Amino acid sequence: MTAPAPRYDVEGVLSDEQRAAAATNAFVRDFGPVAALYLDSCIHCGMCAEACHFYEVTKDPKYTPVLKVEPLKQAYKREYGPFALFFRLFGLKRRVTAAELEQWQELLYDSCTLCGRCSLICPVGIDIASLIAETRYGMAAAGLVPHELWQAAEAAATGSPSGLDAETFRQRIAALEAEHHVVVPVDKPTAKIFATVSDTDLLHYPASIVAMAKLLNHLGCDWTLSSTAFDATNAGVVAGRADVEQAVSRRLIQAALDCEADIMLLPECGHAYGSLRWRGATAYGEELPFRILHITEFLAEQVTSGRLHFRPLNTSVTFHDPCQVARRGGVIEAPRIVLAALGAELREMFPTKGMNWCCGGGGGVVNIQRADKLRHRVFELKREQIDATEADLALTSCSGCRRTFDDAQAHLHWETSLRSLLELAAEHLPEAPA
Amino acid sequence: MTLLDFAKGPALWAAISVFIIGVLWRLVGIALLHYHTDLSAPRHRLYLTGLRLPLTRSWPRKEFVGATGVFEAIGYTFHICWFVPLFFFLPHLLFFDDIVKGLIGFDLTDLTGFGWPFLSAALIGLFSAISIGCLLLVLAHRLINPVKRRLSNFDDFFSWFITIAPLLTGVAATAHVGARYETLLAVHVLSIDLLLLWFPFGKLIHAITLMGIRGITGALLERKGATL
Repeated sequence: MTAPAPRYDVEGVLSDEQRAAAATNAFVRDFGPVAALYLDSCIHCGMCAEACHFYEVTKDPKYTPVLKVEPLKQAYKREYGPFALFFRLFGLKRRVTAAELEQWQELLYDSCTLCGRCSLICPVGIDIASLIAETRYGMAAAGLVPHELWQAAEAAATGSPSGLDAETFRQRIAALEAEHHVVVPVDKPTAKIFATVSDTDLLHYPASIVAMAKLLNHLGCDWTLSSTAFDATNAGVVAGRADVEQAVSRRLIQAALDCEADIMLLPECGHAYGSLRWRGATAYGEELPFRILHITEFLAEQVTSGRLHFRPLNTSVTFHDPCQVARRGGVIEAPRIVLAALGAELREMFPTKGMNWCCGGGGGVVNIQRADKLRHRVFELKREQIDATEADLALTSCSGCRRTFDDAQAHLHWETSLRSLLELAAEHLPEAPA
Repeated sequence: MTLLDFAKGPALWAAISVFIIGVLWRLVGIALLHYHTDLSAPRHRLYLTGLRLPLTRSWPRKEFVGATGVFEAIGYTFHICWFVPLFFFLPHLLFFDDIVKGLIGFDLTDLTGFGWPFLSAALIGLFSAISIGCLLLVLAHRLINPVKRRLSNFDDFFSWFITIAPLLTGVAATAHVGARYETLLAVHVLSIDLLLLWFPFGKLIHAITLMGIRGITGALLERKGATL
C-alpha cells in the first residue's frame, strides 16, 4: 500500500499515539456484521474506480473508492475481526498510525462526496460509500478533519453550521416576510407540519425559504418553523462527528415531537435528507410518530392527490438528481412528477436518476477550499452531461449542489445556472404573477 | 507412507478440518458482532424484494459494462472453467466417492440409483486450459493496471497462486509430464490441501459470502428505495 501525498488539517491537542488510538477505537466501536462482511469480502478487483468521478477525471489510482477505507480495514483486521489475534500475534497487520490517517485525510474528505456511485458497480455488492462514511467517524475522533468541516460541525452542535442563533434566525425570517410579502410562521406551539430550512438556503438562497412558505400557504397548511431547531443541514454527518450528528438530529426531532407534527418537512438539502430520513430515528433511539419528507416528495404528493396545480412552464428542462436524495435516498420519481405537473419538457441526462454523476461538491467537499481545483476538474463531467441535453433550464432539489454549480459556473465561465425546483414550482403557482 | 498417501491422508484431513473450522470461525465471529436496529420507517414494506440484487449484480449495468464487462466475463469464464474439472472429471468423482464412503459408510450412488455425469478427459483439459488462460490474464491485469496494482497485497497474489496451482498440477498429472505419475498426483492433491488450508483466512472467502452480501445490500438499499 503506497501512501498518497500528505495534505491534512489537525484539530485538537492530542498526541499522535492518542489520535491513532482514538481513531482505532472509533473505527471498531460500532462495528456491525454488515461492515465486517464487506471488509472481509473485497476481492480488490478495482472496478469501483470506474464509477468514481474523481478517478474518472484524473485516472489517479489513489482515488479508487475502496482504497479510501484502508485504515478502517486495517483496524478491523488487526483489532476486531475473527482472526485479529493471529494478525496481532504474527504481526500480519500493522497498527493504524496517525501519519497514515493524516495522509488519508485528502482521500476521505477532499475526494469523496459519499455519493455512493461506487456502491452500484461492486460485483461483490459492497456498499463502499457506507464504509467511507464509517471511516470518517474514526478520522473525526482523531481530530483529523478539514478545518472547514470541523468548524461547521462545532457550530452546528448548538445552532447552525454558520453560527446563526435563534435571534438572528427570527430577524432573517422577519426580513424575508417584509421583503416578499409572505407569512412565515415561527415557533407556533403546535402545527401539522414542522418545517426546516438549510443553512445554505439562509446564507445563499433565501428565495427557497420564501418559495416553501408560498407553497405551504397556498396549500393552506398548518405549519411552522422553529427558531431553536431550524437548520436541518447536519454538518456532523459530513465531518464524521457522530456526536454532532446525533445532537442535531435529536434537537430537530424533539422540536417536531413538541410541536405534535404529523410531518417533518426537509428543505432542498441532500445530507439533511440522509441524516434525518434514514438515520434520524436511530439517532433519537425510537421509531418516530411523524413522517419525514423532502420538500420534493411533499410537492409530488400534493400533485398526485390533486391539491396542487401549476401554470404551465412551457420550456425544456433537465434535472440533476442529488445523490443523497435520489441514489442514496430513494426520491427519484417525485421531482419528475412535479416537473410533469409543471408541463416541462424533461430532457434526461445520461446517465440519469440513480446513476447520475455527482456534482462533485457533496459530502462537504464544496466547503473544503484546498479541494477547489480538483472539484472544478470533476465538475467538467457534469457540465458535459448538462450541455448534451441542450435543455433551456437545469434544475435540482439540493442547495449543496446549487452551491457547487454556482462556484463552478463562475470558475468555468459557463452560461448555465442550476435552479431550484422548489423555487420554480412556487413561481408557477396559479396565483403567482407571470 | 508415500507422499501420495500423506497428501490424500493426514494432509487432506487436516486441510479439510482447518477449512471447516476456519470458515465457521470467521462467519460466526462476524455474525456475533453487535447489530444496530434501523428505526427509520422503510419506504417499502416489501423491501426484501432487494434480494433480487444477487441476480441483477451478476452483470454490470449498461453505464458500467464498457468499463468492466470484459473483466467480469473473464472472471466468470475462469470460475466456470475451474469448477467444471472439479465436478465433472471422472477421477475426481471417484475420489469424492471414496471420501463420502469413508464419512458415511456407503456409496451415495447405491442409495440414489443414479450417478454423477462426467466429461471426457479432452474436454476437461480444454476447460482447464481456458481457466489457466483466464487466470494468467487476471494476473497480468493485476500487474499492469494501476488501480489493481495499487490495491494488491499478499493475499491477492497468494490466492491467485493457490487457485491456479491445482489446475497446473492437475493438467501435469493427467498428461504425465515432468515426473512419475504418483508424484504428480501427490503434488496435485497437496495443492488442493493448500487451497483448503488458506481458504478461510484470505479473500477466497468471497466464494461463500458473495451472494449473502449482495442480498443484504439489496435489502438495505431497497428499504430506502435507493438505487440497487
